[in-house]
Amino acid sequence: MSVARKPIATGSDWNFSVLERFDEELARLADEYRLDTYPNQIEVITTEQMMDAYASVGMPVGYHHWSFGKQFLAVEQAYKRGQMGLAYELVINSNPCIAYLMEENTLMMQVLVIAHACYGHNSFFKGNYLFRTWTDAESIVDYLVFARKYIAQCEERHGVHAVEQLLDACHALQNYGVDRYKRPSPISAEEEAKRQEEREAYLQTQVNMLWRTIPESSAGASVLPGSLHSDEDPLGLHSGGSYPPEPQENLLYFIEKNAPLLAPWQREIVRIVRKLAQYFYPQRQTQVMNEGWACFWHYTLMNRLYDEGKVDEGLMLEFLQSHAAVINQPGFDSPHYSGLNPYALGFAIFMDIKRICESPTDEDREWFPDIAGSPWRETLEFAMRNFKDESFIQQFLSPKVMRDLKLFLIVDDDQTDMLEVAAIHDDRGYRRVREALANQYALSVREPNIQVVEAAIRGDRSLTLHHVQDNRRPLGRSVYPVIRHLQQLWGFPVHLVSMEEGRVTRRYHWPIEDDNSDASQ
Amino acid sequence: MTYFIDRRPNAKHKSAVNRQRFLERYRKHIKRSVEEAVNRRSITDMERGEKISIPTKDISEPVFQHGPGGARNIVSPGNKEFLEGDKIRRPGGQGDGGGAGEGGASDQGEGADEFAFTLSREEFLEFVFDGLELPHLQRKPLKSLEEIKMVRAGLARDGVPSRISITRSMREAYARRIAMRAPIKRALKEAQEALAAEERKDPVLRNPARITELKAEIERLAKRIEAVPFIDTYDLRYHQLAAQPQPSSQAVMFCVMDVSGSMTQNHKDIAKRFFLLLYLFLEKHYEKVELVFVRHHTAAREVSEEEFFYSRETGGTIVSSALTLVDKIIEKRYPAGQWNLYVAQASDGDNWDDDSNICRDLLAKQLMPQLQYYAYVEITPHEHQSLWHEYEAVAAQFPERFAMRQIVDAGDIYPVFRELFKRRLSQTR
Repeated sequence: MSVARKPIATGSDWNFSVLERFDEELARLADEYRLDTYPNQIEVITTEQMMDAYASVGMPVGYHHWSFGKQFLAVEQAYKRGQMGLAYELVINSNPCIAYLMEENTLMMQVLVIAHACYGHNSFFKGNYLFRTWTDAESIVDYLVFARKYIAQCEERHGVHAVEQLLDACHALQNYGVDRYKRPSPISAEEEAKRQEEREAYLQTQVNMLWRTIPESSAGASVLPGSLHSDEDPLGLHSGGSYPPEPQENLLYFIEKNAPLLAPWQREIVRIVRKLAQYFYPQRQTQVMNEGWACFWHYTLMNRLYDEGKVDEGLMLEFLQSHAAVINQPGFDSPHYSGLNPYALGFAIFMDIKRICESPTDEDREWFPDIAGSPWRETLEFAMRNFKDESFIQQFLSPKVMRDLKLFLIVDDDQTDMLEVAAIHDDRGYRRVREALANQYALSVREPNIQVVEAAIRGDRSLTLHHVQDNRRPLGRSVYPVIRHLQQLWGFPVHLVSMEEGRVTRRYHWPIEDDNSDASQ
Repeated sequence: MTYFIDRRPNAKHKSAVNRQRFLERYRKHIKRSVEEAVNRRSITDMERGEKISIPTKDISEPVFQHGPGGARNIVSPGNKEFLEGDKIRRPGGQGDGGGAGEGGASDQGEGADEFAFTLSREEFLEFVFDGLELPHLQRKPLKSLEEIKMVRAGLARDGVPSRISITRSMREAYARRIAMRAPIKRALKEAQEALAAEERKDPVLRNPARITELKAEIERLAKRIEAVPFIDTYDLRYHQLAAQPQPSSQAVMFCVMDVSGSMTQNHKDIAKRFFLLLYLFLEKHYEKVELVFVRHHTAAREVSEEEFFYSRETGGTIVSSALTLVDKIIEKRYPAGQWNLYVAQASDGDNWDDDSNICRDLLAKQLMPQLQYYAYVEITPHEHQSLWHEYEAVAAQFPERFAMRQIVDAGDIYPVFRELFKRRLSQTR
């Protein structure tokens, strides 16, 4: 294609008016591709500000906690010693979609980052079902402001130390603070603050209601005034049976609603941590897709800019070099190997979907009869909107990508001496490799499955959890500090039972019991 | 729709609070590292940050994780030689090294490495002084030795020829010449006019006597005008120098320490803090601070810092040996007129009995008159001995410049300084 080149700008220096003109072009192209995005808010920041942003997981405002300080020190140290480059960009799932650009970036990098973050990630945030279900881009910044204010207030009233302890405990459980099936409702900060007051009062009555039954069964416990109205017992606790009636996977929610001794402000903080964990929950499940999608679009948009003559060859070469670095996947035996690169995998899959749509081979027709030959833009949109990493890989990882990446599956069983290569990228292995890779991205496989099964509301108030073990994988050593935190929140003994196929494999208790016989109560 | 915002002018250090929280939480660990650093570093080398390491397990944020063991499936890229069913030896032996590499998750959890970060200079000093219960160090005026310095101070009528100001002298001369000639010139003009008027008269009416008189007058005046000197002694102006007292900007600090057998390493560590504090304080006050280390048991010797703090000696104690040596060094290298002299002495109070009154004499007669300040700390929980009592006499004699304190642990060091600052401050008012 020979186009008269009229580059918008050349060289590596940038200024705001140049960036604006590039953004206009990118917006025009994105529109042509029907990318649906939130408005963009592009903020240019310094290196130091980028380190700050890192330390607060990219949140524009955050409450204070030592762990963010630790994060900051780690980033600062790594950066100063040159062990780590900072990301060129950081983007926040909010409306407007906030993207941070580093001032040190070259012109090419700024354009690349705008394409990647402001059109790639942005449209993913707006389109993907997990984000649509779990996060509310409209209110997140408001909520963060509310959280910061509330926690600062608590620190003033109850002391920094008390708040810090509580946050430590909540952070330990934050991966278990997600309702996987119910959709949360979005509200603004003002509403949140108003509701929070009502909730404080209400929550406490709920908890009292639950624990009110105790005097009936345990003689020594204090009797709450005006209790024992059994017609006011909506939970049916008097009729026996255990509580909760069904296992609860959302540990923080369970704590917030049921922990007997927490003060209202403590419940509110548990809730804040839970809400934020929920906000990050989709990100943890869509890393491959999200990065793959963003890479696909920066690649596509940059090439379009070049084809239209809006950028010169120099900029394009620089772009290709940095693009190649981003999607580089070293082999498992390379000294640079650090696991699968989500950018590489995601980009490869999206590019391959496009290829399957545009020029399918016989193999593709056999594997993907639905999408082979379909319009690529619609198919890509469908893939982006309706999947998470686990199902996306299961659905769209093609034999060609497996061959290109030379994926193979190893089974590491501690009962055998050797590792076994269970499947490689051949006809017999494709499905197994794909299945295993999909599982590798499933949160349910990555993280131990732990649920609350019983709160002994009529007994010693102890809390019992089950860890459903698979493939004999035990809990790591961190289990004791975590259940200690759990015990602090709950206020009474905590028992954790590892089970595999209905058989108890191990019991953990906090406080640690002297008795090793572990007779179950 | 896109908005561009330039956030660069916004506040940095957004993480400052979180950073402080972290430091606060791991105070104990950090303090240990800082203490090690203080003991390792030279006194003159405190004004920089320090790398701190904390074992990762101590600062981990625990979450539920899978531990090693059981069966797991791992998909990796880059297969070159393996075929389905191949068996591979486990990399890295059988230990609890986790799986073959489960990616990022496992190396965060159980890693044995250290969490390392760098304390800034201020943070480092804060930790150094933490045990000393030190409030914010403020620069308070210390009375310093005064040195006379000559500065230009305008002009004067007398001086040495080399300091003559030519322009000012010439200007004075010019003015004087104008002033002195003016009345003569006026008289001359009058005389000339009178002569001209006389000569214009009718020859019959001329007065020849008057003409002669006027001519003589004119001649005399012309001579007088010429006689006005071009420059005169009282035209001369000299650049003037004034004597101005200047605080001396150099100081020397003598660290004197007893290194006899009774001083343990712990004593020396406390003493090091004490010297360090004084050094930092002096350093803030003077442009140049030199350190002299004098250690003694029965005999005194000037040594390097390293030797001062870390080599051990045994034997008795004669304090006066050190004081004599200090005096000699002052005489030889640090004349009292040019240097601000400080002596800091640390000891456990032991001294050979007959020596203590010698010390007092030495101090009172020889040393104290030259010194800016003498600080003595006795690091002992025990009863005072003769040295302390003799020193008390010296302190009574020079209450302004002699401080002594007993120190049992590091926390007692600061009051010595507080005393020092307070007194100095009130003195300057």
